[in-house]
Formats: sequence, structure tokens, C-alpha cells
Amino acid sequence: MQIYLPIAEISVNAFLLLGLGGLVGVLSGMFGVGGGFLITPLLFFIGIPPAVAVATGANQIVASSVSALLAHLKRKTVDLRMGTVLLIGGLVGAAGGVSIFNYLKSLGQVDLLVNLCYVVFLGIIGGLMFIESLNALYKTRSGKRQPRKKHTWIQKLPFKMRFRVTGLYISVIPPLLVGAFVGLLAAIMGVGGGFIMVPAMIYLLGMPTKVVVGTSLFQILFVTAFTTLLHATTNYTVDIVLAVLLLIGGVVGAQFGTSLGTKLKAEQLRILLALLVLAVCGKLALDLLLQPSELYSIGFTS
Amino acid sequence: MIRRYVAAALAWLAFGAIAQAEEDIVLGLNQTEVSIATNFNGSEIIIFGAVKRETPIPESSQLQVVVTVSGPSKPVVVRRKEKKFGIWVNTDSVEVDRAPSFYAVATSGPIRDVLSGVEDLRHKISIPRAIRSVGAPMTITDSPAFTEALIRIRSQENQYQLDETGVTVDQQTLFRATVQLPAALVEGDYDTRIFLTRDGNVVAQYETLIDVRKVGLERWLYNLSREQSLLYGLLSLAIAISAGWLASTAFALIRR
Repeated sequence: MQIYLPIAEISVNAFLLLGLGGLVGVLSGMFGVGGGFLITPLLFFIGIPPAVAVATGANQIVASSVSALLAHLKRKTVDLRMGTVLLIGGLVGAAGGVSIFNYLKSLGQVDLLVNLCYVVFLGIIGGLMFIESLNALYKTRSGKRQPRKKHTWIQKLPFKMRFRVTGLYISVIPPLLVGAFVGLLAAIMGVGGGFIMVPAMIYLLGMPTKVVVGTSLFQILFVTAFTTLLHATTNYTVDIVLAVLLLIGGVVGAQFGTSLGTKLKAEQLRILLALLVLAVCGKLALDLLLQPSELYSIGFTS
Repeated sequence: MIRRYVAAALAWLAFGAIAQAEEDIVLGLNQTEVSIATNFNGSEIIIFGAVKRETPIPESSQLQVVVTVSGPSKPVVVRRKEKKFGIWVNTDSVEVDRAPSFYAVATSGPIRDVLSGVEDLRHKISIPRAIRSVGAPMTITDSPAFTEALIRIRSQENQYQLDETGVTVDQQTLFRATVQLPAALVEGDYDTRIFLTRDGNVVAQYETLIDVRKVGLERWLYNLSREQSLLYGLLSLAIAISAGWLASTAFALIRR
């Protein structure tokens, strides 16, 4: 069944989009990620204009993070205070990201920027995760635990604040910076940034793992909602029809993914996720490195 | 002074009368409107007509028909990638002032036989003529490569079509052409032109518009996104948030 997307102005197969949303939903349910880093490149592959894919991807993440955040709020694993500090940074970052996005769009370099961001961040995160989970697998077998490192320089910064749920008394500067950085990426890459936020919160801010996912979801929800609004009002690139089709597939897939995820060990899951991230990264890297079959491309003057 | 006007008017009348007397086009279209609804998946336009004449069919030459359908024009930028620091980056670009989003040419024979170069230039009929590019920067020496690339890419997407057997002419009087509109269609007025040619010269022409419009939900959403973009953004968020909420509540109920 073909369906015409009013904003993307192309006709695509509705079942393909439902399937795509479903596939990403299964993965995000399984691994607890938003899935933005998968859905946006996949939308590029099926021919959705990059600007529409990025903006609509952000809208899709709003839905999946609402769904997950509600579960975390029930379990009281969200540090609202920390989330708000991250969010303030995030909104500033997102506004900056959208203006960088628009500036590069006028130069014709937006595809390059988006692809480069993907290759760099997916490469780093995928690589680190792969090494870390291999180590973890090895450690659980030999029965040793890695001691957590203390970042003393972070303790010395001014403007300290007490975060009760997290149990931390630290400066607001690192969370603001982390939030701003993730907001920037969210706007440019059409992702929630959970895959960067979660490790940053654990390793940089030293937050306990149980509140990390919920708090990051809280921040991601507001940043992606803000990004969606900015893209909708400045670029007119949010496609509701596309978003709805992806959502339906996504929310159903996520539930299957969650039950699938409980059947696997945490380390195995992380290795699989790492391989998936590296595969997407590899595909995008090849596109940049190999000579494209068509050197020319058509863009519109604004 | 007045006499000169009268003479001009008379000459025009006489000329018009001659043109009238020779060959003229009577046209039909299977649709004058194309509606882009949610299930839109391309469309086919059938252009048919007859040649009206007061005089016998000239026997010295064969009547040929050229049909063009042209979508709304928009200036575009054609960019070229080059390898820099090991990766492929957009470097040179050429602005094309006028490039129809869709352009189809259907002829009753090879276009070079049907149409002379001069007439092509005058009426801007063939695909390269329908595109206008002037603003190539001084640094780019091979600007024709950019317009060629534009035509190549749009032809692959079926947005530019040249069909040299697309018009059938019956007994030099009846003609019929079909033009396939692709699924990825931009809305607007689609200018449809029909030319009758003899020995490569245009002897008659006819022009009409086909109205391509988004309708229903597509129309409403598109307008909303442009005119009330904040409201549209909030609507997308509301849908996303309620979908997320619904999913978590629904599955929480199922699990229980």
C-alpha cells in the first residue's frame, strides 16, 4: 500500500515504514535505547530527504521516550532535579544545533555534517561499548569487579548543588555541559542522544546506574520535543504522516523487544548492541570513503 | 498615425486568418486536475486531439506532433562532490535559475527530425532548452556538466522524460499521447503545450494548464505546516506523546 507523505512529498510503502518502525522498536525495547541513531539513517536509505528524516526522527523519539519515562516514573528512578539541570543545558544546545543545521543546509554541507557526526559518535560509542562488554564478560567469568574511578577535578568546580535522588553533591557545570552537548547532537543528528548521555552520566558525573536511564529519558523527552518544534517552525520538515506510521510500528515493536531482551544476559545484549552500532557506523563510513556512483546532487536555494 | 494602427490591425487579422485557415489544434485531456491524496501513487495523463483545417492536407511534408508537460519551476543548486582529506565532500556548485520540477516531452518521431534547432530554442521544447542556467561562478569551467548532471539525475527519477514514440498520429489528423506522472510529484500548475510541426517548423501551438493539487488530509496538513507551523509542531508532539502514553498503558494492562 503506497502512501503519499505530505511534507516529504514522496510516495512510500506504508508497510515498509511500519516494518521499519517495528524493527527499531524491537531493538529499542531490547537494548533500552531510543533508536534514533538507527531510524534516521534507515530513513535516508529509503529515500526520505535528510532534513525531513532528522526532524521526524526527533518526533518519533518523543513518543518512545514518553512510553519509557512513564515506566521509570512509577519506579521512582528519575532524578527530576538533575534532569532539569541537564535540560537547561540541552535546550541551549538544541537551539545552537538547529542554527548550525540551517547554516550548513544553506552551504550544502548538511548531509556531510550529519553523516560525519554519525560515523564519529557511533564509532566511538560502539567501539567503547564492545570493548567494555567483552571485558565485562571476561570479568564475570573470572569473578572480579572493576572499581569505579573518582573524577576529582569535577569535585573542585564551583556552583555546587545537592541532587537527593542521585545522592550527589556536585557542581552544576558538568551536567549543564553534558546536557548542552547532547542537545546539540539531538538537533543535528535527529537522535535523543541517550547513547552518549548514559555513559557520560555514569563515567563523568558518577551517577548511580539505576537512576541514569530514567533521568536521561526525562531530558531527552524535552530536548527532542523542543527540537521537533524548532524544526517544524523554521524548516517545515516534520512529516506527521511519516511520524505516525513509524510510531505505530515502534510502540508495538518496543513491547516485543522488551520481552525478548529479558531472555538474554546483559553482557550479551550489550555486545549485540555494540555490533549493531558498529555496523551502522561502518555503512555510513563507507559512503563517505568510497567514490559515490553519482558525484552530483540537487539542492534547493532557500 | 491612426492609419498605421489600422494597417497593423489589418495585417494581424489577415495573418491570424491565414493561421486559422491552415492547421489548428482541438484538444482533449482525460483529466485537467490531478489530485494528490494519501493513496497517490503516480498518475497517467492522456492528451488527445485533432487537427482542424479548412484546406486539404498539405502533401509536401509529414505532420508531426510534440507534447510537453512541465511542472512548476524552481531555482536549484547542483553540487559536485570531490575527495578532500580522504572523504567525499560537496565542493563546486552551480545555480540553475530555472529547472522545472517535472518535465516530459513526447514526440511523434526522433526529436531532431521533428523539430529544428531554431524552433527548439524559440519555444524551449527539448529538456536541455527547458532548463536555464546562467549563474555559474568564474571558478567553474565545466558548467555544462552540472546541467547535464541535473538532467541525468532527474531522468533517473523519472522526473524528466523524453519519449520519441510517445505521440501517435493517425492520418495526419488525430493524435494521442500519454504522459506518466511519477509518485513523487510536486503540486502546482502543470503547463501543457502541444506543437504541430512540418519540416521542423512549428505551424500551430496550443497551451493549457493541468492543476496538480494536494487534496484532503494532505492539503490540510501541508497548509497547517506552512501557515500555522507552531500549531503543527504542537500537534505532532501531542500525537507522539499520546501514542507513547497509550502504548505504555495498554501494555501495562496486558501484562497485568
